[in-house]
Formats: sequence, structure tokens, C-alpha cells
Amino acid sequence: MATKLPATDIVIIGLGWTGSIVAKSMTDAGFNVVAIERGPWRDTATDFPPTYSPDELRYAMRHDLFLRPTQTTLTFRNNTSQTALPIRSWGAFLLPNGVGGAGVHWNAETWRFLPSDFVLRTHLTQRYGAKFLPEDMTIQDWGVTYDELEPHYDTFEYLCGTSGTAGNLKGQKQPHGNPFEGPRSRPYPTPAQKQPYGPVLWAEAAKEMGYSAFPQPSGNLSQAYTNPLGVTLGPCTYCGFCERFGCGNYSKASPQTTILPLLMRRTNFEARTECEVTRINLDNTGKRATGVTYVDTEGREWEQPAEMVFLCAFQMFNVQLLLLSGIGQPYDVSSGQGVIGRNFSYQVTSSVQAFFDSKIFSPFIASGSIGMCIDEFNGDNFDHAPHGFVGGGYMGMVQTNGRPIETTPTPPGTPQWGAAWKKAVQDNYLSTILPSTHGSCYSYRDCYLDLDPTYKDRFGRPLMRLTFDFHENEHKMSRFLTDRLAEIVQRMGPRQIVKLPRTGHFNIVPYQTTHTCGGAIIGADPKTSALNRYLQSWDVHNLFVTGATNFPQNAGYNPTGTVAALTYWSLDAIHKQYLKNPGPLVHA
Amino acid sequence: MSASLAPVNPTSQASAEPGAEPLPGLPTRRALLASTALLLVTRAAGAATLSGGAGMPWRPFAGDPPRAVEPGPWVFFTSEEGATVEAMVDRLIPPDRETPGGKECGCAVFIDRQLAGAYGRAQGLYMSPPFLPATPEQGQQAPSTPAQLYRRMLAALDAHCRNAYANRTFAQLPDGEKDKVITGMENGSLRLQGTSATPFFETLLQDTRYGFFADPIYGGNRDMAAWKMIGFPGARYDYRDWVERHNERYPHPPISIAGRNP
Repeated sequence: MATKLPATDIVIIGLGWTGSIVAKSMTDAGFNVVAIERGPWRDTATDFPPTYSPDELRYAMRHDLFLRPTQTTLTFRNNTSQTALPIRSWGAFLLPNGVGGAGVHWNAETWRFLPSDFVLRTHLTQRYGAKFLPEDMTIQDWGVTYDELEPHYDTFEYLCGTSGTAGNLKGQKQPHGNPFEGPRSRPYPTPAQKQPYGPVLWAEAAKEMGYSAFPQPSGNLSQAYTNPLGVTLGPCTYCGFCERFGCGNYSKASPQTTILPLLMRRTNFEARTECEVTRINLDNTGKRATGVTYVDTEGREWEQPAEMVFLCAFQMFNVQLLLLSGIGQPYDVSSGQGVIGRNFSYQVTSSVQAFFDSKIFSPFIASGSIGMCIDEFNGDNFDHAPHGFVGGGYMGMVQTNGRPIETTPTPPGTPQWGAAWKKAVQDNYLSTILPSTHGSCYSYRDCYLDLDPTYKDRFGRPLMRLTFDFHENEHKMSRFLTDRLAEIVQRMGPRQIVKLPRTGHFNIVPYQTTHTCGGAIIGADPKTSALNRYLQSWDVHNLFVTGATNFPQNAGYNPTGTVAALTYWSLDAIHKQYLKNPGPLVHA
Repeated sequence: MSASLAPVNPTSQASAEPGAEPLPGLPTRRALLASTALLLVTRAAGAATLSGGAGMPWRPFAGDPPRAVEPGPWVFFTSEEGATVEAMVDRLIPPDRETPGGKECGCAVFIDRQLAGAYGRAQGLYMSPPFLPATPEQGQQAPSTPAQLYRRMLAALDAHCRNAYANRTFAQLPDGEKDKVITGMENGSLRLQGTSATPFFETLLQDTRYGFFADPIYGGNRDMAAWKMIGFPGARYDYRDWVERHNERYPHPPISIAGRNP
């Protein structure tokens, strides 16, 4: 039986990137805000100091900063003919936990989606005709446009101090940037990072072939920067311990390095850590959230009443909480009806391994977002008609690390052990690169989330069940992108290349990305979306849901920039409209 | 629609209240703030309640540095198991003129200490039943922990070797025979306890490589020999002077989390 606490104004479920952005915005307006975070407090000096942060075994292999599956996990199957089984140890994706969320251990690759990505179904239908799209592809327009989000992308980039080279300023193409990007209102706040040898050599080959190579936009800063909140970040030192690690230099944009130092000075803010929200509570009409119920580490249940609830618990857990709280109609795969769990999507990556003689790439000189990329094959930036698929992605030489447990490239045919293996590792470590493609993943009728019928979490609640596989459209896209990348890599003069397109079924074991998307998507129609374009629940008007949960399908870019932009866009509508007149912001 | 939502006193952050009426039967927030009941609420309401106002929380010695492995006798392995694993890691990563092998680098020590700890216990993993047969895409579904797996499979391997090689243990075999046994485990032709030994081989190979390349504080990669072999500078954190020195060999020796000399 939960003990009821005194009411507060705002409850935020999860204190990661979007939770911190929301907390800052609502405390700005003078509200009392309580953020309830399942994991522990984290900060640079205590949890990832330079003295022991560079520990590959602990952080990269044993996943020390991530959620433990024993706390909660999912079950997984490729399709409905199979029985979903638990993900007992993380593989394809590493789910976050703790204050700062995935913002602590992301690579800080900070992209914007293309203008066409936001009107995807309309755009592709107009260009190629409806029959060009697979019959079971469930892509949708977002209900919000790039132009509407542009100021909010800008806000996030200036919060983070993102390092990059603009390609399009107010419609004017700029040299050395991405010529395909949507127009931006001003340049990046800091210049692009310096590039190591591999990306520079790759970019030369790309330029020789007529492509426009540009530096990947990076939340690992090229120089010290003080953001509009007065929080200062340091310059990245290219340490190569970025993804899966916290940054000991204060040089990776995260809630810790951009927002929390200000937020923790506000007496109207409170963080309750190691407390897991188990339910969003509703009044007896089912249309209004009254607050949340959560469990502390001693197993005691508490009820926190509030006027507004923000669900910021990461894509997967947002969907799970909506299902467990009975908010919105759950998606039913046989009928295709329902919205909670609908349109799950992911990311389709691939690579080309390239072995060189007598080149020293020093893979350990790296940062999470360093690299040179091209965007000619992203989105609908090229004519898909001859190719028979839709979608695309950026490609490039992105050098995030050379950590040795994870980096032992050997040519095909090398045994897995013994003297030949050892020699091949020694000979190839410094002189091998792995350029990659980062492709879109569109949504399908049979890719979705629901509750598992068998397996439970530590509270006895059903785990969420993921049903997902790659479709032929994504396989074709991956082959195409990999072939284009291989042409560029071949031009660099390697001894040998190995093309590694994404093939076969989606496999939960090898790491790919943590870009899980959808499940409570935004849209114009409550029959096919869970949220309106302001991230407001169609069903429960004082509930807003952030995160990549919002994406009707995933584009060929890392998601965080768009996740943050949508959050700022929603907060703008909340301050200008909702707070003056609480209720539905959109009448469908 | 309900009345607009706004803080009662937006300029005073400490005592703002929602514009809506308090819930019936409950004290107002202001009343609670004035009473000692607040202390009970704050302490009881969560494991770690961090109230804004004082800046980022800090207390001395709050970090969690890793604990270095202590050299010494096996913690998990019996002496027979230890001898077998030492012999195996020395074939998986044999010594050569330039770099010691898995045994001298301490890979078996690494595995011993890992099996004695959280890794061996499968701590943090989801180990609830039922354990059902899986597709290759659904990942490991076996109910045994790594510690249980090693214990069971090393005993089975010992029994197999004594039976097939006139009562000799794996460690007593000539290197050529050792490699044949390992190859049989790798390709599944050698069955132990009536089951394929391939999953155990893959676990052992992964653990050996982890031990070879991890920081020396964990018991393997002795003298950072593996890092010296490939040219990885270890737990360094600043390459700003080197990022644009293209195609140049980084000249400095590796360092460990524990410092320059392990």
C-alpha cells in the first residue's frame, strides 16, 4: 500500500537528457519539480575521473554504468511465430540507468534530421508513388516540420557547445559543411574538432570521387565553452574512452556538464535517485494523471501526486510504463489497431574493414564523434527509383576508439587463436580502419512492443516484449550503402578490404547501436499515434512523453539532437499555451 | 478546462505552490514545510533525495576506484583446474620471441579472479526461468553461471584427457595434442559430458582475450606486454598534441590505471 506524499507541481520520470532539459525549463518558471530516477546519482569527479575512467574491462565490457538486466530487461523475438526470450545480458543495445541517463555514456554524435525526414510518407509518395513503398511499411509524417524544430535544434547545440562546420546558413550553402543539411539559423557554437589520419585520408578519397566530406557534428568539444546557463565545458583530449564511458574532462556534453550544476542550485528542484516509478496514476476519468507511484531501494511504495507528469525514462521504458499504467490503446499486431507499442524502429549500420601496409592510423587517438562523413546517400538525397528501396544514411570514417579488447582486426582466414592469430593482431592493429554506414530503419506492421506473457521483472510486473526484424528494404539499403562506401575505401589504396553489410535476421547479441525508437509516436491522428505533435498524450492531457519514443520511424542519423529538439519544441508550447489553459493542445 | 497552471509566487522559488487547490484532507505544502514532518518525508521518500539549493552534491571519498588483483594462490580454481587453464591460455596465445604467451601474461590469473567475483556469479544478469531453447538471434539462455560452466567443463575435459591419453591431464599433453583437443572443442567435434564443448571454448577464448588486453590491475596483461605488442598506450587520456601528427608512431610506453609500473 503506497504512502501518499505531499503534492508537487511537476513530476519527471527519469533524470537523463530530456528529464534534465524539462526540469530546467519548469524550474525556470518557478514550479516545484521532483525528478524520480531509477538509478544512482552520477558526477564526473566521483564516477568517471580520469584516474580510473580509462578502464575498458569495467566500462566497455562489464557495462558498469548501464542498467543491469537483473533490475529490468526485455524479451525478444524476430517475429510472431517465435516465443520471445529474455535478454539476459545486453548485446545489440545497452540500456541506460542513473542520473544523466544515456547522456553520460553516449558518443555525442549530434545530428539534425533532414527536412524530408519529417514529412516522409508524403515526400516519398509524391516522388516515387505509393506503390514504391512496401505494403507493410508503416512510415508516417511526424506532424512537425524541420523549420518548426530548427530553433530548438539550435538551442540544444548551444547548450552543448556542439563542434562542427555549418553547411547551410539560412539557405546559403557553406563550404566544408554538409551541403544536404536543412538550413540553420547560425553557425555551430564551436569549430569542428581536429581530425586524425584515418578520417582525413578517407575524406580525401571521398572528395576525389566528387563527394562533399565534412566533419561529423560533435558533442566532444574542440575548445572550452561556457553555455547560456553559465556552465563550462573543457576541450576534448581525444582519449578514446568515449562511448560506454563517462568523460573525465568535462568535455563531453551531458546533463552533468551542461545543466545539472545550475539545476542543483535551485531550491524548487529535487531529485530522488534509486527510486523506480512503477505506475503513472490516473483519476477516475482516466484522462488526467494525478501523479506517480514509485518504489525505493527498501521496497517501500510511495505515491507522489503532481499537476503534470513528464515521462522521460528512455524510449523502451516510456512504452513499458504507458502499457503498465493503462494509458492509450495497446497495439495489437493482428488487427493493426492501437498505438502504444506501434512502430518500433532501430538503426541499420554496416562497415567496410580496410587493411593497409605501412600506414599508422593510431586508432586510440579518438573521440566519440570524431570523423569525416558524407551525406549524399542519406534520406532521399539521391534518386531511389533505380534501386528499389527507400531510406539511406550517412557514411564516413568515424574513429571512436582503439580499445584493444574491442579492436583486434585480422584479415579473413586468420585463425581465432594461436601463433597466427597473435601475429595478425600485432601486424594489423595500428594500420586497419573500419569506416561505417549509419542507415535509417523504417517502421513496419510487425515491428512493435507489447507486454510479455511469461517473464517478469523484480516487482513481478511483465517485462516488455520486443518483436523486431530487418526487412528486405533495409537489407537492400545496407548493401547499397556498403557498396558505395567500399568504392571510397578502395580508393585509399588498402591491401585488402572486407565488405560487412547488415545481413540476416536482427541479432540481439552483437552490439549495433542503442538507437531504439518508436512505441509511443507523435502524429496528427490519434488512431495511428500516441502523442500529438507537442508530445502530449492524446489520452491524458497533463502527460507529456519525450525521447526517441516519439519517432514514427528512424532516419539515417543518431537520434539525440532530434530527441532534444522535440523536447524544447514541446516545452515552448507548454509555456506559451498549455500553462495558460491546461488541456489538449491539438483537437484531432 | 481547469484554471491556468502557474506558480502562486513565481519570484520566490522556495515556497511556490501550484495554482490548483490542495488535495482534500492533506496539509498544504506550506504547512508541511513549516513543520518537522518535512524531515520524515524527505528521509523516507527515497533512497537518495537530493534537494536543490546547495549545488552539485559532494562528499569526500565518494568515488569507486577499482581494486587491483592481489598476486597469490588461486582463489577460484583448484590447483588442477589452474594448471589446465594455464596450459590452455598458453596455446590460445602462445609465447613468441617478442611477446610472452597467455600463461606468463597472467591470463589464467585474470580468469581465476573474474570467476571468483561478479562475473563468475553472473551478477547483474537476468537469471530467472524458464530457460528455453533459443534461436541464434536470441542470445545465451543457459541457466549456469560462468563459474558453474568452468567447474563443470574443466572436470569433463580432465576426464576426457585421462581417458583418451593414458591417464594424462591436458597440461601434460604435448603442444600438438593440446591444439588438437582445443580445435575439437572449437569445431564441436569434441563432445564433453555428452554436449558440444563449443560454447565453453568460446567463453574461454573470450575470457583469455579479455585477460590479455585488460588493464594489468585485473591480473592479466602482465607488464602491459599485450599493449606493447600492438602499440596501445594504455590508460592515457590526452592526445591533443598527437591528433594531427598523421602517420607517426606514438612513441611513449603504455601506462596502467595503477601508474607507469604495474
